[in-house]
Amino acid sequence: MNWSWLPDYAWPLWHGLGVTFLVLAISVVGGFLFAVPLALAQISGQGASARLAQGFCSLMRGTPLLLQLYMLYYGLGSLFPMLPREWFGWLARLDAIYYVLLAFTLNFAGYEAEVLRGALLAVPKGQLEAAHSLGLNERQVLRYVWLPLATYRILPTLAGDIIAQLKSTPVAFTVPVMDFMGVARRVTQDTALYYEPLLLVAATYLVLAFAITQVFARFEKKVRQFQPN
Amino acid sequence: MHVTLDASPGVSILTLLSWGDAGYADELFFGALSTFFIAILAFGLGLALGFGAAIARFSAISMLRQISWIYSTLFRAVPELVLILILYYAGGDLVTLAAKALGLGAVAFNGPTAAVVVLGLVQGAYAGEVLRGAILAVPQGYKEAALSLGLSQAQTFRYVSLPLMLPLALPGLSNLWLSLTKATALVSVVGYTELTLATQQAAGSSKLYFVMYGAALLLYWWLSVVSGRLFARLENHFRRYQAPLAVGSGA
Amino acid sequence: MKKSLVTFFFIAAATVAAPMQNAWADLKFGVAAEPYPPFTSKDPSGQWVGWEVDFMKALCADIAEKCEIKEVAWDGIIPALNAKAFDAVLASMAITDKRKQVIDFSNMYYNSASVLVGAKDAGKDISPAALKGKRLGAQVSTTHATYATKVYGDAGAVVQMYQTQDQANADLAAGRLDYVEADGIALGAFLDSPAGVCCAMLGAVPSAPDVFGQGVGLGLRKGEADLAAKLNKGIADLAANGTLDKITSTWKLTGKIILPAKK
Repeated sequence: MNWSWLPDYAWPLWHGLGVTFLVLAISVVGGFLFAVPLALAQISGQGASARLAQGFCSLMRGTPLLLQLYMLYYGLGSLFPMLPREWFGWLARLDAIYYVLLAFTLNFAGYEAEVLRGALLAVPKGQLEAAHSLGLNERQVLRYVWLPLATYRILPTLAGDIIAQLKSTPVAFTVPVMDFMGVARRVTQDTALYYEPLLLVAATYLVLAFAITQVFARFEKKVRQFQPN
Repeated sequence: MHVTLDASPGVSILTLLSWGDAGYADELFFGALSTFFIAILAFGLGLALGFGAAIARFSAISMLRQISWIYSTLFRAVPELVLILILYYAGGDLVTLAAKALGLGAVAFNGPTAAVVVLGLVQGAYAGEVLRGAILAVPQGYKEAALSLGLSQAQTFRYVSLPLMLPLALPGLSNLWLSLTKATALVSVVGYTELTLATQQAAGSSKLYFVMYGAALLLYWWLSVVSGRLFARLENHFRRYQAPLAVGSGA
Repeated sequence: MKKSLVTFFFIAAATVAAPMQNAWADLKFGVAAEPYPPFTSKDPSGQWVGWEVDFMKALCADIAEKCEIKEVAWDGIIPALNAKAFDAVLASMAITDKRKQVIDFSNMYYNSASVLVGAKDAGKDISPAALKGKRLGAQVSTTHATYATKVYGDAGAVVQMYQTQDQANADLAAGRLDYVEADGIALGAFLDSPAGVCCAMLGAVPSAPDVFGQGVGLGLRKGEADLAAKLNKGIADLAANGTLDKITSTWKLTGKIILPAKK
């Protein structure tokens, strides 16, 4: 095993790891936030918006993330030459990272909306009625009672989905983004070593997954203190 | 402003989307077929490996339990893309080594085999967990009753535990199938022509990126919707003697 | 139900394995799965076409071998060669010293310059200083990428790597890149295509044989001396009897491509 390249690439690797972590964090938070209206739209069951939300989630969960990314980056990119440059020039100059963030966020939202939908429906109606009777309006009920109760229910699933999202992040290197995987592939390009960089990536993701699992376990324990059941 | 998506003067989008020699529709379709077949084979391999891993976890031999645990944890924690790349290179090298050791001539580690083996190994780890959970979920009472009736361990497993376990495992397995059909897209990175790579080739040659990727998305979507319906039917079949599920669960 | 399931599995395996039947053809050439016109690309009927494809067919006719094309991702083409997925790399692979450490090469069968392509209104100055702060794209694991990173990247340009040349061209057409550095002929084909109306050829980069190597050759596994000798004789024959010239004129590359000297 040849690890002599590590010192030379240490800085790009750290940078790439930062990019990967950024993608994970933003897509998880943004995806979850976007999942709330998606789930609510489906629960309300009102015609067009419910159907749209359902279709969106089905599309996100039924197609590969890699293809979604290609579609957003290269598919939309192929349409740019048709747009007038004065108005839309900035669109073309957007870094690939924004497309990665968008694709990953939308994808995560599609999955979480489904999970959240079940959880929101499972919250006992009594809690919501009590909140209403205390004078809270719809948005306050959602923000202070309904959503927290639903989120607490799905914490284990959420942890698993975040780990799954972590494992999807290497896909980002297929568009020109220098995430951790991208740097590893560059090492391969420069040194003709095929295994070592990939093994480093595998080991790093193992450690990250373990760390995230631990963080979630601690968090769950803490939240459990405040729950009656 | 005249908007045109023409790939080249005189060749319309519809022609490039057509079947046969002038269009890419058949390439996309055969790519989809290829996706389906490697998914099926990988799923089968994964089920076999998963059964082995699940049973090994209950084994009395501690070494077997440990190996099963390592297999399951490793292959579920490392990203699929990384696993696919490592196994593709490693597989090629291993096959070459084995061939040299056995004195065989050129033994090719070709695309379909690599794809199926790699995906099957990954699937096996996940399937192992699903099956393990399902086996654990079968109430002890059934097994004890079977044993007290004089059935051997093996017979108990085959005639009692297994049929009871299947409907419990089906939701998990159907999720695995769906994630497998999507994971086949990752195999495009090693150059095996399934639907995603076929789409890239079609898009790259025709320059109709938006159209081709859109068509591929629809094909994958269609595959997942049909699979979902099939699995729902399977689940109903296996659950036909059980009491109806409560409304809202298992959605 | 069980029997039909087993039968189904066998049929599925057979269908997937059917392409493997051709695994026993005499000589297999590995091409990069991504289109690289005018050298290799897939036409709508699913056939591989291009200058390199015609070259391969002529070569095989000359050395009297039955040949077959296998597609692999460019990024993993060398490991695939060493894993015996095919016998020779036919992917416009430049003969460089770094690659010679892992694989052998046949003699070169064409050479062409590395050029920069950019927007029509970009200046003709392509010195490293002029590209500072601009975006330059190249395909990963190519000599052009190595040159771009070393020369332009160090001078302050933002160098972006793409998995395929095609993707880099697409981004140039979309306006995401200011320049693309790649093989002159491949970029020429791009400029001739409708997508290339945005851009123009800006000039060749200074010659750098240590980076760009000594032309394009067929990649071979180490230690296959007789295969190399056979292929080299074929290449020399094709150069001498004018077949290469004919292929070149069919693909309208006369004058743009450097062919092996006729001996």
